[in-house]
Amino acid sequence: MIRKRLQTLGEYLILMGRTFQRPERMRMFFKKYYQEVMNLGINSIGIVLLISLFIGAVICIQIKLNIQSIWMPTWTSGYTTREIMLLEFSSAIMCLILAGKVGSNIASEIGTMRITQQIDALEIMGVNSASHIILPKIAALVSFVPILVTFSVAAGIAGAYCTAYFAHIITPTDLTLGLQHSFTPWFFWMGVIKSLFFAFIIASVSSYYGYNVKGGSIEVGKASTTAVVSCSILILFSDIFLTQLLST
Amino acid sequence: MIIVQNLNKSFDGRQVLCDINVEFLNGQTNLIIGQSGSGKTVLMNNIVGLLQPEAGHILYDGRDITVMSKKERTLLRREMGMLFQGSALFDSMTVLDNVMFPLDMFSTMNYKERKKRAQFCLDRVNMLEAQDKFPNELSGGMQKRTAIARAIAMEPHYLFCDEPNSGLDPKTSIVIDKLISDITHENNITTVVNTHDMNSVIGIGENILFIDNGRKAWQGSNKDVLTSDNKQLNDFIFASEFSKQLRQDIIANMQ
Repeated sequence: MIRKRLQTLGEYLILMGRTFQRPERMRMFFKKYYQEVMNLGINSIGIVLLISLFIGAVICIQIKLNIQSIWMPTWTSGYTTREIMLLEFSSAIMCLILAGKVGSNIASEIGTMRITQQIDALEIMGVNSASHIILPKIAALVSFVPILVTFSVAAGIAGAYCTAYFAHIITPTDLTLGLQHSFTPWFFWMGVIKSLFFAFIIASVSSYYGYNVKGGSIEVGKASTTAVVSCSILILFSDIFLTQLLST
Repeated sequence: MIIVQNLNKSFDGRQVLCDINVEFLNGQTNLIIGQSGSGKTVLMNNIVGLLQPEAGHILYDGRDITVMSKKERTLLRREMGMLFQGSALFDSMTVLDNVMFPLDMFSTMNYKERKKRAQFCLDRVNMLEAQDKFPNELSGGMQKRTAIARAIAMEPHYLFCDEPNSGLDPKTSIVIDKLISDITHENNITTVVNTHDMNSVIGIGENILFIDNGRKAWQGSNKDVLTSDNKQLNDFIFASEFSKQLRQDIIANMQ
């Protein structure tokens, strides 16, 4: 068991060694990078906005109706919503969601390339297939994830305002007061920094499982599932260490 | 010319290739034939460097790929073109982009020149009209022709074809075979075709290597096939009663 895990780690590190090499043609790298930004980043904006909007609204409702009491300040709901969105949801939880969407996409795409010999074709041409396929994905997701974090925070706050304006659960004034109370800009940057690590985990680990597929379509499906599970576990573990590290 | 010397390969203790010695000649269509599981694909994967042999040497015009550094091997691979069994076209690219891909990666041509070269290759395989289509919009034969165009785009010195006729009807197979043979002669390249299609053997096999259970069992040309007294070869090529009778009739006519 331990030997197998160490072997997997070794293979992953070797693959990353091959991945982080200077691309043969920078023009081709930027072309692929642009495609991956569109595929992994832009195409994820919708789901990030949707989920963040509803979660922001739900957090606000939960705090207001189930936690806030008469002896608490009226701005508590807005304040808590903002802190949850900034500190955990828009970085860690959103990346867990992205691990499902983007991670499975990456693993199945590269896995299919493997079983249909497209990766072999690249190798025969003399192309470093790891660098050509994986590096643009990592670069695209890592560079685009801060934008997704920002969108997620904004959508969460917009969701909270929806509860104020449409459901009249909280007054907009109290919500605004809470959102502005004791704002620490570092919390936003903490979320961004954490998300950079999580984006790297999602792109690289999913690529590893896709790249090493052997067999047929069933193995591609298994690799996709394994990639999502592994990414999720790694994100949760690294979240503990990063939160501790960045909060002290 | 490609020379394979004393090549051995095994997987998990099972010997798949045993002491293979063969020469693949320049300007000829060289065929590797044998039953499924006989070691044809393993031999080809060793030759192109996708697998590393346990023993033996593979010389590309005197350059031994088995002892090359990674950089040297990468440079040698740029002299190779390969047609895979499943075509291995890039799904996300159009036909034209697929053929332009090796040019985009390695040539020093400008965009217009690259496009012109890719269109020339597509025209050579009668695929110019489908240049804006994606691989999933093409038939099996069209995919193979596109893959041939991609393989020859960089004007390779060595062309490898793994089961080029698998999944194709006999008429389309003949078209693909003729294309491979014509390109080989036009460009004077060393072509190695891995096949178990008997039409290919008779039609384009100028230098045929027959592998049986990982061992070289016979070598000769398509003319020699008909008159060979090698029992394993005859059992493989003339497997059906019809083809056995046909062979006897041809030999009788020749006498």
